[in-house]
Order: sequence, then C-alpha cells, then structure tokens
Amino acid sequence: MENQTTISIDNIKPSKQKRISKKKDARQLTIFIKGFILPLIVIAIWELAGKYELISATLLPRPSAIFTTFIELAASGALTGHLEISLWRALGGFALGGGLGLLIGLLVGFNQNMEQTIDPTLQMIRTIPTLAVIPLFILWFGFGEASKILLIAKGAFFPLYVNTFLGIRGVDSKLFAVAKVLQFSKWKQITLLILPAALPNILLGLRLSMGTAWLALVAAELMGSSEGVGYMIMDARQFSQTTVVFVGIIIFAVFGKLSDSLVRLFERKLLKWQDNYQG
Amino acid sequence: MALLEINQLYKTFEKGKETTHVLNDINLNVQSGEFITIIGPSGCGKSTLLKAIAGLDTEYTGEIKLEGQKIAGTSINQGFIFQEPRLFPWLTVEKNIAGNLSLNKPSVKSDVKKLIKLVRLEGFEKAYPKELSGGMAQRVAIARALLRKPKILLLDEPFGALDAFTRSHLQEALLDIWKEEKTSMIFVTHDIDEAIYLANKVVIMSSRPGAVQKVIPIDLPFPRKKSTTSFQEFRHLVLSEFEKVDELELINSAGI
Repeated sequence: MENQTTISIDNIKPSKQKRISKKKDARQLTIFIKGFILPLIVIAIWELAGKYELISATLLPRPSAIFTTFIELAASGALTGHLEISLWRALGGFALGGGLGLLIGLLVGFNQNMEQTIDPTLQMIRTIPTLAVIPLFILWFGFGEASKILLIAKGAFFPLYVNTFLGIRGVDSKLFAVAKVLQFSKWKQITLLILPAALPNILLGLRLSMGTAWLALVAAELMGSSEGVGYMIMDARQFSQTTVVFVGIIIFAVFGKLSDSLVRLFERKLLKWQDNYQG
Repeated sequence: MALLEINQLYKTFEKGKETTHVLNDINLNVQSGEFITIIGPSGCGKSTLLKAIAGLDTEYTGEIKLEGQKIAGTSINQGFIFQEPRLFPWLTVEKNIAGNLSLNKPSVKSDVKKLIKLVRLEGFEKAYPKELSGGMAQRVAIARALLRKPKILLLDEPFGALDAFTRSHLQEALLDIWKEEKTSMIFVTHDIDEAIYLANKVVIMSSRPGAVQKVIPIDLPFPRKKSTTSFQEFRHLVLSEFEKVDELELINSAGI
C-alpha cells in the first residue's frame, strides 16, 4: 500500500514533499484500516459464536481452528505443493487466453474487415458457458493439464478481447482530427492516440480476465485432478474436514485479491492523467 | 502573388431532396503575414470554409491555392486551432506540443522550450491537461500548431468558450505571437469586437447561401484600444453591414 503514495507526488518540490507525503501516509493508512473494519467484526462474532457453541464446529469451524489448520498444512508442505500447481495452471491459462484476447482484440479493433469476419463467430462462442464445455474438453484432452489450461484460457480470453475492442473503438474522433491536422503517421496514431485512449478499457479487461481465470481454475480443479487447491477442497469435503475447505477458499480469496490489487497498481501508475470523479 | 488564393469556391450539402448552398462563390486572397478575421451569423459556412482551407474537407468545387499549390489535404503548412483545445489527456504539456515529433531531438526540444516561453507556460512543461485552465489549454494548442511552422494558421472560434477576461488576455497573446512569428492568420469568430481588435481585414459573411458580403480593411495601428472612437466607428461600420443582411433577409422571407 505504501507505493501508492509515491506515485502522484513527483511533481511537488522536495521541500514540501516530506510534509505532504507524511499527511498522505496517514490518510492512506486510515483508508487501509477502513477496509478491515467489516471483516474483523464478522470474524469476532464468528469466533465468539463458535466458542459458546452456538454453531456446529463441523459446519462452521471457528476462525482460530481454521488458522491452526492453515499452519499445519503450511508446515507439512502440502499447502505449498497444491498452491504451486494451481498458480501455474492459472498463470498458464491466463497468459494464453488473455494474450490471445488482447492480440485479437487489437486486430479486430484496428481493422473493420477483421471485425466483420471474426467478431460474429467469437461473439457466438462467448455466449457458451465455460462450464458447459468441460465434458467436451475432458473427452478431447483427458484429465491432464491441457484440458485445465485450455478451460482457463477460454475463460480469460473474452473479457480482454471484448474490452480491448471496445477501448479502441471508443477513441474520441475529435482527437483523430487533431492527428490528421498534425500529420501523424499511422504508427504515431496508434502509439500516441489509440493505445493510450484504449488503455483504461484494456486494464479493466485485464482485471476481469484475471477474475474469470480464477473462476475457471476452480472449475477445472473440481472436475477432476489429483493436486491443486481445488482438489484439496474437494478431498477435504469427502472427509468432512471443513477447516481445510475454509483454508482453500480463503487462499483463493487472498490470491484473487492480490492479483486484482496488482492490476489496480498498474492502473494508478499508467492512468494518472485521468480526470475522474473520485467519490 | 498572394499567399492564399480562394477562387470561385462552391459547396453544397445534400440531404434527401433538399440542397443547401453552404458556400456560394467565395473569392478571397490572403497576403503573407496578414491577419484576417471572418465574422458572420451561425450557419453562414465560416467554419466550413476554414475546414476546406485546412484540407480537412475536400468536397467542394473551385480551388484553394497555397503559394500557388492546390490544397489537396491536410499538411503542416496549414495549422489549425479548434474551438476546444483538443489536447491528448495522457500527454504532458511539452509532449502534447511535440506530438509526433520526438523531444529527444535537440532541435525539437529547444523549439518546444521557446514556444512554451512564447505562450507563457513555463513551469507547466510536465503538467497534464487536467491540471490546466481552459485558457492555458488553448495556449498549449496554439504552441502545438506553431511548432510545425505553418505558413498560415487557421483558428476556428478558438476563444469562444472562454470567459471575457481570459479571452482578451489571449487576444493580446495571439497578437504578440503574430508580431513575433509573422505567421498569416485566418481567425473565425462571431464576436465583432474580437474581429476588429485583431484583424488587418474583417471579412463579413452572410448566410444562406454562405457568401462574402463585404471585406473591411482595418487600418488602426496596434496596440488597439476598444474604447477609442475610431474603434467604435469600425464597430458601427460592421454592425451596419449586419443590419443590411437582416433587412435583405426580411425582404426575402416576405417574398417581395
């Protein structure tokens, strides 16, 4: 969170910088703390309710019990093993699907011919739910890594494709007139005008794409595998180890949030020129 | 030879069965270093004329020549300032001015620096457009157009959206630039004071069809004062031209 403060103050004179950054630090801290208020209250009530046996330990184990299980799993090395394989799958699928989505989104955005030939087909494929193609992927690629990575790739492709396309087509035509008057070459038009103007949409697509990659990862690992966080959850369910299920869920939540924060950090760095309502 | 020659320029818009004559037999010469203002009611085609000179619009009959060469499209010879600054919001002031030219080139860098000084924006080189006021942003747009060293600068109601104080400040700034750079200017406006204050020649256009009604040379010395009687005399002259138009239109619409 600290690196947020260093971004927007580089225009200010160094003498003032210290004072302002201190003030900013304090404000950032309160914003950071504000985000924790609600979860902390929920956890406190939950813990107390478990302690006084108001809720069943098998259905809803206490946070402290979940934490103990987490430490045990981490210490035994089982957790890192599952996590590692899950991360590789998510990353591989996301890189493949998201990369293609960005590339084809750019192509279709820049070229009307491409749009007319490719976009209708892609839009049709987009409406097929990712879960519905699981049986087909298993038939084609078996239970191995290929079917999982491809499933994640399918999920990650469309948010980036749609948003990249949208971003390029949303460029203000008034700025194109400026580029024409100033005699921009085609290349300069792309690098100085179209790509920067489409960047907010592309980054949004990136965030959504990462979200669906996580979603598809869980679906892929639940459908049948022998390792990964999704497998760990399914396995624990069979033995009624609710605490392990919770550990798995929380790990998904934490990594989902971390990846999202990373893109938002990019957004803040790359889109500092934006002049939007801050709430 | 005049710098810019416009000969028998006609333009029509066709919408369904109706044909509107936007520009009707426009003939106009601009000498090198001259400051021309074009004034007329809205819809008289003054912006259309400016876009044709810029090369943004080539759908017309007749010819427009710059230094004897027919204008076929946009080029760096014709600078254009829009009513809004139209800066790229993701580029800093200096990068907006440089545009497609690289600031890594020493010649570009020093030219940009000179222009930033000329439009009095020192200290704002690294600022983003969102941090600028409307007047400052329009000054950036002027610097951006001047960097390409245009033979003629075309300005389409550039100060129309600004408040009165900023506007008169920018009028003075533009005159300073004109004196310094000796760039020929064609300035479209609907403000009579502005037209007289800036120009060597005021071109009055009438509407439907858009045509040049009268060209009034303004031989007042610079710097001009809007409150002087000689300025006011020119004001009356321009106003009486507009009243003639009104009478004509009344007669036309009455079917006499």
